[in-house]
Amino acid sequence: MSAPPTYSLESTDNGNFLLNLGPQHPGTHGVLRVVLQMDGEYILAADPVLGYGHRMQEKIAENMTYLQALPYVCRMDYLGAMSYSLAWVCAVEKLCSFEVPERAVHVRVMACELNRIASHLLWWGAYLLDLGAFTPFLQAFADREQILDLLEYITGSRLTYCYFRFGGLAADVDDVFLRRVEDFVTGFRQRLPRYHDLVTGNVIFHHRSKDVGVILPFEAAGYGVTGPCLRGSGFAYDVRKCEPYSGYDRFEFAVPAEQEGDCLARYNVRMAEMEQSLAIIEQAVATIPDGPYRARVPRVIRPPAGEVAMAVETPRGELVIFMVSDGSTRPCRVKFRVPSFANLSIFARLARGQLLADALAILGSLDMVIPEVDR
Amino acid sequence: MNGYRYLAGIVTGSVSLLKGMRVTFANMVSRPHTVQWPRQTAPLPARFRGHIRMLADEETGFPRCFACGSCARICPSACITVQGRKPGDRKKKVAVRFLLDFTKCSLCGLCVESCPARALAFSRDYALAGYRDTEFRTMDLLEGLASPFQF
Repeated sequence: MSAPPTYSLESTDNGNFLLNLGPQHPGTHGVLRVVLQMDGEYILAADPVLGYGHRMQEKIAENMTYLQALPYVCRMDYLGAMSYSLAWVCAVEKLCSFEVPERAVHVRVMACELNRIASHLLWWGAYLLDLGAFTPFLQAFADREQILDLLEYITGSRLTYCYFRFGGLAADVDDVFLRRVEDFVTGFRQRLPRYHDLVTGNVIFHHRSKDVGVILPFEAAGYGVTGPCLRGSGFAYDVRKCEPYSGYDRFEFAVPAEQEGDCLARYNVRMAEMEQSLAIIEQAVATIPDGPYRARVPRVIRPPAGEVAMAVETPRGELVIFMVSDGSTRPCRVKFRVPSFANLSIFARLARGQLLADALAILGSLDMVIPEVDR
Repeated sequence: MNGYRYLAGIVTGSVSLLKGMRVTFANMVSRPHTVQWPRQTAPLPARFRGHIRMLADEETGFPRCFACGSCARICPSACITVQGRKPGDRKKKVAVRFLLDFTKCSLCGLCVESCPARALAFSRDYALAGYRDTEFRTMDLLEGLASPFQF
């Protein structure tokens, strides 16, 4: 879609006007610009303008060796960087047919699920900040801090982890970490009811989110919406369940789904998902075996010529990495199918006819990371 | 009937607000999660990834780096410049120049992992600030280390 020619607030003939939402608006959570055609307080048409943070990530990855591109993929979705690393290493492992030791599989699942909770917590806080509540933001960050401390303990970094390696992990985890994860799981289980007391039952929150931004099931499928947004519209589709990767079939967990398709349904799905992630982490800690944390793989990765597609469920939805190898040390072509981009595509449809304040509630409930949209 | 629903909505709504406020007020008497930086600092984990630094050989005090260049080759951002020379009496080279362009570094740690001499380590310095970008554009990692070469 192309941007409208004028960006000022001047009125058009029929009394409508154009309004820029972003690129510096805090409600867009990044450098996303949405040109809104307004009739008073109501939105006639929304036109997202992308690309402010475009960094040619796919092209960069094609000019690097497989290992060198690994730190870059984390920079796309900085809130779910573990899942992105996982997708990249799994794609290369699939291409080269590398085996991953059991212990590494368990740690990978643990780290990804911790990261998913951290991402959902940040979304929870930021979403309610969009709706005008400040307390939840601080509550969420206090708990998210504990997860970041845990992940920093094993990876040395707080956001862009770069912890997985082809055939395993960069470093092993110790018993101190496993005990701390166990403590976190029990502690966070006790704190979750507080979140529900604070927000889920709140009458103002209900008025802001119920029946707002309803994604109908056929629309969700048509626009390619994935992740919690899709599950909020009645599809219990989760890549972890439908195409298990990285040992997710070994763990018992449910795929929460809601029927309503509104902002409240997406909220409830994410809240239920955090509990499922806790269950997965608990099982992974309980069953983690001893053994090597990294398989012996060649120092120089030179996959056989061929192509591979690797789908991973990130906190925001389905990420697919499509990779073509020509047998050299660099990928010949890389394509990232990112969840935020597809989820943003439905925003124009959802915002039409809504109040401006509701459009922000909808935009927040889609949980987008803009560098991932632009990549 | 509608009037009853309206009143019931007000009652349940008010209860939900009070429930939420209870969480807020409980926080007023709990311990803070933050530390008073800079008087207090949060503990750094052992694996903290700061900028890289050069380790010295225990015996000689010279840099452990023998300028093989694998860190410079593996760096995704090409921010390492390394040169070495052979001292007359030894077989292995010793680094004479090791520059880090920290403005480009993304702290991925691949250089530390790739070093065959285990010459690189992560610094624990995170509060970096400077007056000129050159302070970080060409960080000399050999500073303060002994050198086998006399200039």
